[in-house]
Amino acid sequence: MNGLRIAVPRGALFAKTVELLDRIGIDTREVRENDRKLLFEDSGIVTMRPSDVPTYVEAGAADIGITGKDVLMEQSEREVYELVDLGYGECTMVLATAAGEDRATEALRRLGVVRIATKYPRVAARHFVETGRQAEIVEVKGSVELAPLTGLAEGIVDLTATGTTLRENGLVVREEIARCTARLIANRVAHKLKAREIDALLERIDAV
Amino acid sequence: MAVDRIPSGTRDVLPDEMRELRAMTDRIRGVFERAGYGEVYTPALEYERRELAATLPAYRTFDEQGQVLVLRSDMTVPIARIAATRYAHVDPPLRFCYFAHAYRGVRPQRGQSREFLQAGAELVGAPAPAGTAEALTLLCDALDAAGLKTYQVGVGDASLYPGLLAAMEAAAGARDLVLAALVRGDFVGLEREVRALGLAQDEVELLLEVPRIRGGPEVLEGLSGALEQAAAGMRATHALLEPRVADRLIFDLGLVRSLGYYTGAVFQVYDPAHGVPIGSGGRYDDLLGRFGRPLPAVGFALNVERLHIALTEEERGGR
Repeated sequence: MNGLRIAVPRGALFAKTVELLDRIGIDTREVRENDRKLLFEDSGIVTMRPSDVPTYVEAGAADIGITGKDVLMEQSEREVYELVDLGYGECTMVLATAAGEDRATEALRRLGVVRIATKYPRVAARHFVETGRQAEIVEVKGSVELAPLTGLAEGIVDLTATGTTLRENGLVVREEIARCTARLIANRVAHKLKAREIDALLERIDAV
Repeated sequence: MAVDRIPSGTRDVLPDEMRELRAMTDRIRGVFERAGYGEVYTPALEYERRELAATLPAYRTFDEQGQVLVLRSDMTVPIARIAATRYAHVDPPLRFCYFAHAYRGVRPQRGQSREFLQAGAELVGAPAPAGTAEALTLLCDALDAAGLKTYQVGVGDASLYPGLLAAMEAAAGARDLVLAALVRGDFVGLEREVRALGLAQDEVELLLEVPRIRGGPEVLEGLSGALEQAAAGMRATHALLEPRVADRLIFDLGLVRSLGYYTGAVFQVYDPAHGVPIGSGGRYDDLLGRFGRPLPAVGFALNVERLHIALTEEERGGR
């Protein structure tokens, strides 16, 4: 117990995150063995969806947390400190469309606007504004690859690690938007009032 | 539009809450009045002054002549106007306090307030360090009177980091990117932007180290160059404070405020029972000059609603 409450993401970043916490001396055995429990008093760990981590940390319900840069980009208005790029969980935010002739480019040329399905509406909208193109963003909650195959949208903006899912659904990457890795974030008040505890944790992370 | 709804970010206050809020603000008002800070009120509707705006006003309308009117976004700028115009021939120092609503735009679905009550004080014509020490003492007296037990006050210097960048002759455009990352609290982006400045290795290390320096008065020792200058200012203020105030301070060399008019010391009020800052302030030595009466000034504002939440959380024993 180091006096800090730590928000740990379930899902793709979970394994590497508990591995990191183990190596810096936080006992995560109970967390690894129990995937239904959410709050672990002894280690100070709380587990949640990655996209909820900034919410808990911003409000001070957790002092620090680990989540993906993709989540922070999508929730860029959250007032949290982004302290460290942890380096693991590397993924790429991409624009992908069906293989063959690029339907997105064709839609832009002939219709003036391209329909983009995504779980990251704000990242997608920002990317198209910054590149001077008009897009109609369609928000979906899962299996985004389905959208271009069924005509819901011409393209998708999504996170990909290996590109396997894209390939299996006949999609190809047209543009890379950002590289995303796991980040350590901190509550703004805890960063000041628990400075010693947080700095000690940062030193141990630097050392591994 | 349903007539029984109110805009998001606004709220009704009913008698139980109102009684508690009123009791708290009455105690704070007592502290301000006893210290010689007279209460003022200024119009909620003002002419737009874009060059002075702390944050751009969110609500605009037009008067009968077509001039732009805005709902005020803070009380510091109107009080600077009062001091410079209504008290133009009164010798400083001038002391004012206020309990007034300010208005800001909100981002969707964030539970932010469009309208919020501030309790604050402004001390005009008292330079650093004595004026800063008086303001910090009054701030702690107000928080004590409100009933908070575990609050702390972060103290930084708004000119510190821009001063370091200027002394290192970093390019102006790149400088803004560095400061923007610092204001966002994005240390990963800060490192990227600082490395992109193309400075010497020891300068890069200094720029990355400074925002992490925060703690008791010991963090102000053993510094050099521009850092020592800022630290000397903070030490001078610290030396004037009674222990009950001095013990509440966290010196924070990375503390920057997004409000444009701060020139020197900046404050931020924290309570471990609440995850967001409950008040803030600082020195604005150039603001009155823009109303034609150059006087140094310092002040702070407490967010009354957050103060009430922190007080309730403290009484419940934290989270």
